[in-house]
Amino acid sequence: MKASITLRVDGEQRSLQLDTRTTLLDALREHLGATAAKKGCDHGQCGACTVLLDGRRVTTCLSLAVACDGATITTAAGLGRDGTLHPVQQAFLDHDALQCGYCTPGQICSAVGMLAEVEAGHPSFVTDGPTTAADLSDAEIRERMSGNLCRCGAYVNIVAAVRDAIRRGAMS
Amino acid sequence: MSPFDYERAIDASAAVARVSARPNAVFLGGGTNLVDHMRLGVARPELVVDVTRLPFARIEPLRDGGVRIGAGVRNSDLAADRTIRSRYPVLSQALLAGASGQLRNLATTAGNLLQRTRCAYFQDVTVPCNKREPGSGCSAMEGHNRDHAILGASAQCVAVHPSDMAVALVALDATVVVLGRQGERRIPIADFHRLPGDSPQRDSVLEHGELITAVELPASPVAAKSAYYKVRDRASYAFALVSVAAALQVSDGRVEEVRIAFGGIAHKPWRATRAEASLRGAPATDESYRRAAQAELADAKPLKHNAFKIPLARNTLRMLLRQLTAGAPT
Repeated sequence: MKASITLRVDGEQRSLQLDTRTTLLDALREHLGATAAKKGCDHGQCGACTVLLDGRRVTTCLSLAVACDGATITTAAGLGRDGTLHPVQQAFLDHDALQCGYCTPGQICSAVGMLAEVEAGHPSFVTDGPTTAADLSDAEIRERMSGNLCRCGAYVNIVAAVRDAIRRGAMS
Repeated sequence: MSPFDYERAIDASAAVARVSARPNAVFLGGGTNLVDHMRLGVARPELVVDVTRLPFARIEPLRDGGVRIGAGVRNSDLAADRTIRSRYPVLSQALLAGASGQLRNLATTAGNLLQRTRCAYFQDVTVPCNKREPGSGCSAMEGHNRDHAILGASAQCVAVHPSDMAVALVALDATVVVLGRQGERRIPIADFHRLPGDSPQRDSVLEHGELITAVELPASPVAAKSAYYKVRDRASYAFALVSVAAALQVSDGRVEEVRIAFGGIAHKPWRATRAEASLRGAPATDESYRRAAQAELADAKPLKHNAFKIPLARNTLRMLLRQLTAGAPT
């Protein structure tokens, strides 16, 4: 069955016709050429396909595109402004928070979404805790980022990058 | 993935009528389990009715002091809710112990209750599984069954229920509010999920076409002194080997009120009625907790690879009760 939907992707309004079986990830990558979101496990277990959907971080491999009609999506490619990298992106570069880079767009979108959750006062399993990002411990960052796997094992630098992004005011 | 029709529900009764009318129709919530099953071939619906835009996304106080949680409330929003965190901390903690930030932003309250077992044989359509294909046999019984049940299993199925949230809801005596063709019915959460028996294909008592519209929490003073503890293979983002949801009220050194449920050990969240009975009025000591845990696990039957779960469940319960005792005013 075919369906028509509209998505706003990285600031651009896009209309598309697709099979109802198409996931949001495949719609982005195969239909719209928005390839920043990566296909890792395709089962919601690795986080490589993370984007911001209406401002919240989600995996896109487990959402049907047709169910997202009207949504606003920001991929890692849409985070920067006027040729300047987002502070989280710059921090990942400065801290070598990657090796092969395949999980990186998902890590970065997840970190941006995670910091917004912290600002909104969302707790984590580690503590009922901090209400500001400045108070985030490394244990908190690890817990809140646990939905993003890195098979190269760049976790140490990913935590350092997220911590540094907070110092650089990634929240504002 | 098999082809299917997609419809977006704008009215709950109409959605119930649509799904009821077609045996192979399903409701779609956050999709984090259903879409995966559709891709794996575990689920092959012909009609998908998306209920995420129905007006069930609110958390509201009830007149009797309880709380009504809309079926569409996302797991992350429920975990972050101020009322839930202060009056029912075990629920917030259980939600935060499950899945990842990305998945909790998608997953709904109703969908969390209806998620299916992560038994590897259930998810693999190339092997026998009585839950997926009744009568085909159970591959876990003699297979890799480290993650499987130690209580309440049957000769047909040894799978465990994967939800953390549901374990907390069972300890909290929640009620599931369901809309069907005949109208609304209310199901105590302890009766909502089933033991496998001879029909392991049925996880819950929900009839085809029935739609969960809300989960209600009763007013409960003891719930304010509650916690969730989860034991798993990784520090985060893994299903429970054993988990415990407990609420404990100690008065003059004695257990006045107690609620306990286990996760990861049975086909449904396991309400520990024997442990609770043994604890009511007993001294709030580790010896009482040891006896209570012993009583609850007395009938546990291990499979080849999961005998470790029996002492693990006992020890986790004792430890959580000690923690709650230490944190509770006496």
